[in-house]
Amino acid sequence: MSADGLFVIGATHHRVPLAVREKLSLTPANASALQQEFAAIPGLKEFAVLNTCNRVEFYGVASSADAAAQITSAFCARQQFDRAEFEKIRLNLRGRDAVQHLLEVSAGLDSQMVGETEIFGQVKDAYAAAQAKGLTGPILNRVFQKGFQAAKHVRTNTAITEGQVSVANVAVELALTIYGTLKSTRILLLGAGEIGEKTAKAFQSRGAAALTVASRRLERAMELATALGASAMPFDQRESRLAEFDVVVCATSAPDLVVTVPATRSAMARRPAQPLFFIDQALPRDVDPGVAKIENVFLYNLDDLARIADENRAAREAELTKCRTIVTEKADALWRQVAPQVAAIVTNNHAAPTGAAPQPSA
Amino acid sequence: MFADFTDRNWLWAAAALYVIGFVQGTVSLLRGGRPSGTATYVLIAVGYVLQFIGLGIRGKAIGGSPLSNTFEVFQFTAWSAITLYLVIGVRFRNSLLGYFTSCLTAALTLVSLSIPEWDATHRTHIFGDNPWIELHATFALFSYGIFALLSLTSIMFLLRNYSLKSKRIGGWFSFLPSILDLDHIGVRLLAAGVIILAISLGVGSVYWVRDTSTVNLTKLFSTIAVWLLYTATLGLRLRGRLLARWFAWTCLGLFVLALLSLGPVDASRHSIDPKDRLHSADVAAPAAVGAVRHPSSPSHGSSTRAPKSVST
Repeated sequence: MSADGLFVIGATHHRVPLAVREKLSLTPANASALQQEFAAIPGLKEFAVLNTCNRVEFYGVASSADAAAQITSAFCARQQFDRAEFEKIRLNLRGRDAVQHLLEVSAGLDSQMVGETEIFGQVKDAYAAAQAKGLTGPILNRVFQKGFQAAKHVRTNTAITEGQVSVANVAVELALTIYGTLKSTRILLLGAGEIGEKTAKAFQSRGAAALTVASRRLERAMELATALGASAMPFDQRESRLAEFDVVVCATSAPDLVVTVPATRSAMARRPAQPLFFIDQALPRDVDPGVAKIENVFLYNLDDLARIADENRAAREAELTKCRTIVTEKADALWRQVAPQVAAIVTNNHAAPTGAAPQPSA
Repeated sequence: MFADFTDRNWLWAAAALYVIGFVQGTVSLLRGGRPSGTATYVLIAVGYVLQFIGLGIRGKAIGGSPLSNTFEVFQFTAWSAITLYLVIGVRFRNSLLGYFTSCLTAALTLVSLSIPEWDATHRTHIFGDNPWIELHATFALFSYGIFALLSLTSIMFLLRNYSLKSKRIGGWFSFLPSILDLDHIGVRLLAAGVIILAISLGVGSVYWVRDTSTVNLTKLFSTIAVWLLYTATLGLRLRGRLLARWFAWTCLGLFVLALLSLGPVDASRHSIDPKDRLHSADVAAPAAVGAVRHPSSPSHGSSTRAPKSVST
């Protein structure tokens, strides 16, 4: 019974499809209002809300089993979601299992993209927000803080975060294996479609020095360039100015090749010691495959990038067993530490059943 | 305990550490993990200190830099390469440079320790009382150490280039530095090696001009040829005529050539008439040298401490 005092209730991508997750996702206003409601639940001693695009989870410490049920009710009412339906799909873990879940979430083991590190920041933010409002106490503080340490340990001692798993990030990683750093790397984006834009943004987020956009429709190129804080250039200058760039992201819908071998040879003659990296994300291909034979020129197409992303994903999956072993050990140890405190809360409630819920400080 | 250590004991201990560095790196790679950059760096650094002690004892015994036989030349070249690795290795600590360095130095030191003939004889006071000749010899060998490290970065460049061209970037290829970093460090190492060898030749030429009979022509021509080839390679690289793979292969080939040139250089020293040797004051034709059997050399079958000085 004492294990029930610590719980996590929620919905994650594992059992809930995107269409349903959209309905369950909390807006900032709803999240705030819900916190007020939770604070009024008798017997709920501590709680924290984790709300991301792939999960909404409520971590709590309560002196009565009824508190978890009231959280479910309040949440379903706020989201206007059928409670019976929610109970079919919900995540509902207690005691040690709840601790293990938090550790796995923090380490990125429970993420849709296994090993992603963004979730770690999201869990930290959720905890910091709850702590700032005085909603957490000694038990959740310990569980979250130890959970962060465990997540860091997993990331440091396994290869779970190694290798990028999205095509855009694989392209950036490849550029890093060529240039080492992107701080003086100039990017040319050919095509103003969504795929190229994503890759260009990935380069910008990793500190690329400059981005230039060229599209067959100049106005579209200028529009995208403005949105990305880049510059635009006429599409017909792409070959004559090729030597100015280090990375060329090709993502046009042109039916023919837009980068040829002679143009690449000419560009390399003007920058012989500087490598040139083509990322051809177009279908049909934009870059003549013959450019790959030129010294210091590297060409990767959509299939190459997808294959590398798949390999990285498989490598991360292979690390999961090792990670879970570490997390299980850490969860066991952590649960041994907090279990007496949780049991004390439940026992005290049996002695004096009027639990005081935490009051948000702001 | 250490008081009984001979110079060769220290050098064996250093070689053992380089081998451990190489083995732990190999085991990590075979397990699909990254070799611990810090562990490799520490092993090499400690090995470097032990090798320094060993070479120091040897230097004291022969009254100058320990360059009096093939064994010492190989040891000194390995030590020079590590000197440079310890400087640039900080930046590349998490790459495979440490692993490759431990591999090269383990090979150079083990081979030299395993061939007793290379250390069967040596000459004492090989530089006479002339510190400039000692500087000339030391710089020449130090430049070979730089070229050794250059050959390692060239191998790493070729591996990185292969991984990128063949689109195999996972596994242990992912532990290699970027191709541009490897290219830049290669050019810098080549420039440093060429400059130091040029200084060495400049210092040596002053004495050669004074008395041409003091220098063996085989040694003179092979050393100048090595310097000219490296200088030409640097020139072609800076002018953009020798790039990427071709540059790396050339650096690798030249190092093999440089190592091979040590054979004729060393042989030329032995071929000098003992009467001439007395007047010679160069590493290749050492002054006041007498071939003596080293007290701690394997041919003696003992581990007695090297003498502080050996008279001829």
